[in-house]
Amino acid sequence: MSELHLAVALDGAGWHPAAWREPGARPAELFTARYWADVVAEAEAGLLDFVTFEDGLALQSSAAAEPDARTDRVRGRLDAVLTAARIAPLTRHIGLVPSVTATHTEPFHISKAIATLDYVSRGRAGLRVQTSGLPYEARHFGRREFPAPVGELAEEAADHVEVVRRLWDSWEDDAEIRDVATGRFVDRDKLHYIDFEGPHFSVRGPSITPRPPQGQPLVTASAGTVAPRAALVDLVYVTPRDLDEARAAAAVLPPPPGLRHVFADLTVFLDEDGPAAAARRDRLDRVAGAPTPTDAATFSGTPAELADLLQEWRETGLTGFRLRPGVMAHDLPAITRRLVPELQRRGVFRSTYEASSLRGLLGLERPANRYAAAALTA
Amino acid sequence: MSTKPLKQIHLAAHFPGVNNTTVWSDPAAGSHIEFDSFVRFAQTAERAKFDFLFLAEGLRLREQGGKIYDLDVVGRPDTFTVLAALAAVTEHLGLTGTINSTFNEPYEVARQFASLDHLSEGRAAWNVVTSWDAFTGENFRRGGFLPREDRYTRAREFLATATELFDSWDGTEVTADPVSGTFLRDARAGAFAHQGRHFDIEGRFNVPRSPQGRPVVFQAGDSDEGREFAAASADAIFGRYATLEEGREFYADVKGRLPRYGRRPEELLILPAATFALADTDAQARELAHEVRRSQVSGATAIKYLEHVWNRDLSGYDPDGPLPDVDPDPGENTIALGRASVRQFRDPLATARQWRELAEAKNLSIRELVIATTAKQTFVGSPATVAESINSLVQADAADGFILVPHITPDGLEGFADTVVPLLQERGVFRSEYTGTTLRDHLGLDVPAVRPAGERQATAS
Ligand SMILES: Cc1cc2nc3c(=O)[nH]c(=O)nc-3n(C[C@H](O)[C@H](O)[C@H](O)COP(=O)(O)O)c2cc1C
Repeated sequence: MSELHLAVALDGAGWHPAAWREPGARPAELFTARYWADVVAEAEAGLLDFVTFEDGLALQSSAAAEPDARTDRVRGRLDAVLTAARIAPLTRHIGLVPSVTATHTEPFHISKAIATLDYVSRGRAGLRVQTSGLPYEARHFGRREFPAPVGELAEEAADHVEVVRRLWDSWEDDAEIRDVATGRFVDRDKLHYIDFEGPHFSVRGPSITPRPPQGQPLVTASAGTVAPRAALVDLVYVTPRDLDEARAAAAVLPPPPGLRHVFADLTVFLDEDGPAAAARRDRLDRVAGAPTPTDAATFSGTPAELADLLQEWRETGLTGFRLRPGVMAHDLPAITRRLVPELQRRGVFRSTYEASSLRGLLGLERPANRYAAAALTA
Repeated sequence: MSTKPLKQIHLAAHFPGVNNTTVWSDPAAGSHIEFDSFVRFAQTAERAKFDFLFLAEGLRLREQGGKIYDLDVVGRPDTFTVLAALAAVTEHLGLTGTINSTFNEPYEVARQFASLDHLSEGRAAWNVVTSWDAFTGENFRRGGFLPREDRYTRAREFLATATELFDSWDGTEVTADPVSGTFLRDARAGAFAHQGRHFDIEGRFNVPRSPQGRPVVFQAGDSDEGREFAAASADAIFGRYATLEEGREFYADVKGRLPRYGRRPEELLILPAATFALADTDAQARELAHEVRRSQVSGATAIKYLEHVWNRDLSGYDPDGPLPDVDPDPGENTIALGRASVRQFRDPLATARQWRELAEAKNLSIRELVIATTAKQTFVGSPATVAESINSLVQADAADGFILVPHITPDGLEGFADTVVPLLQERGVFRSEYTGTTLRDHLGLDVPAVRPAGERQATAS
């Protein structure tokens, strides 16, 4: 039996738009560190590989292409990188993967921010790269030539990740020498210009932040986000609706060099009694006024049934799952306290954190520094 | 004799990043990158009841003579990220981050500060700096796009725009009432529109109003425009004048500009950076100060420093010998890049002449000259002497307090916390306990009122 990996996607009070109205939801605390600390502590108690933090540079909207005027849904969000950093000192093992929008941010800033998240978490940082083609989000940045073609956004995101990665390597691990005899603090031969030139930006480097503990923090993205250069990504999220699609997703994305994990996203509603879970989901849909459109498959049922499904899909070649709790207050503890023990009983999930870094938890090596390697062979 | 009530002193701690004051060669100096160093530093500052911790920022590694400068501490973590993490291990300490207005966008920066203010429960502050140079710009999307004379027009508009975003939520919108199903009271929460020379943006801001309403705003430029910007918009200045005479002059000048903006003197605090050398006796402290200066200015460092003025390669000169007899190159200064201090020397020929005279009169070598003319220790002496100096400078209106920069990190603050702070507390000029929870509480600043949307539109243009 193959082991599988589990992550949880965190967003507001849960992925169902009516989740914030459920018992225990704490909707008034969504903008406090306390709430996020409690949620991540719960995920860590379940020995999950990592949590992702959703984010965006616009207010959430239920309409596809424009802001809405709804007042019955969670609106507003704290910056994901800062939220992850705020939680890092309070946790010890779990990976912290904030979302970052490549379309509107500076790769130089993102690179040092994620490197620093890796320092403050001692090797547990990653990022989830996303693009944004929303014209109303672009207007927050004065880029009025939007919408841009999707392909162009993906090219730009690929360049963004390329720059972020080169900057992580722009300091060799042992660049800081503190050599009292010569008075040199750094060995400048171990600091590297990255000299990236692209159509959207050029970046000279080196970073101002030394190479982070993991060398390269984990880069994750949905399939297609950086499509032109998928090998830039360590972990891809896919959204199959059934076993056939899972098989296709796993097959269409054979690990190119560098790509090691394919995780399926699933929205989950878990109860000890299967029909109860479905009924709960129906009730939430009624409260929300409509069934929720979702890009990922939605599962409702018992933890044992979900364990069956995960194992079945795991055999297609998918290596793990990013579960989106329908209702954070209900479905996250169901994952950590019901699903996880069930998977452990079946011998397909860890019973203790076996590594101290996020790469370690996912069985990924600490990559060699590209510039150090080049210097060696030169 | 009328007695003026004693002013309360503000104290803060600067964790120096890239700098030439940290004596990294001292065996007591620890990592300036590992998070543990920041935790220890912040917790000492909080134990001492300091107002806040301060981080500077640089966005490109310095170069000199076409090579990365390797003699000083190099490298620093990301400002926002490390401050957010520090919010988890402190309870009261303000968290001040230097963030550039040239190489950022208002929506993103406003969002980061509003988030930091939420995540720290009201302890965030923003030091708005305006470095604009093309050298730094090579690391960013837009490159070095800003002419020098535009740095403050962009900064002013950047801060005004960020303020519009902060004010786009008045703090009453989130009702989060599960029974009625109303999450937001107001369907337009966060709506903004700004049209100006540098920014033309509109939409909805996505962070609800934070505990302090807006972060506390610092300013750190020294030009006339910089001072005017501070008088108009800042809550505090991170200054460079920590002596009686220069301090009083700067203090009077800047506070004198406030009435033009309808502001009172206490609405802008003057907080110069200050170093210290502390020992049991004054004599021992003087010796320590001298040793620290020798560690900070090695022979190689002295030559590099001289090159800032001479604007030419001086690597052939002996630091223990006399000053060069060639004159500075009067052309554009290109020898040192990424260094603000180079611009200090507006008339290099005059500076060189002055230094030569000083060196001849006192028989100083290059290294001794540099030690004598660059950043002296601000406070040198026993705890009693240092406490007295700090207090008298503040009572004499040379400053409202100081941002202390220890020469050793992370533990260089401990002696100060253990010996000087209690003496200031005894004199009744520094708090013994925090009386509030937010940085505005510590600094005695009001929470800003939300400007109504109509007024916002009016001032935006
Ligand atoms: C005491 C002091 C500290 C400063 N700290 C920083 C800093 O940390 N990062 C930065 O980019 N600029 C820093 N600056 C530069 C200023 O923000 C400003 O960009 C520069 O001084 C040019 O403006 P001016 O002509 O008004 O001085 C500092 C300036 C002063 C006086």
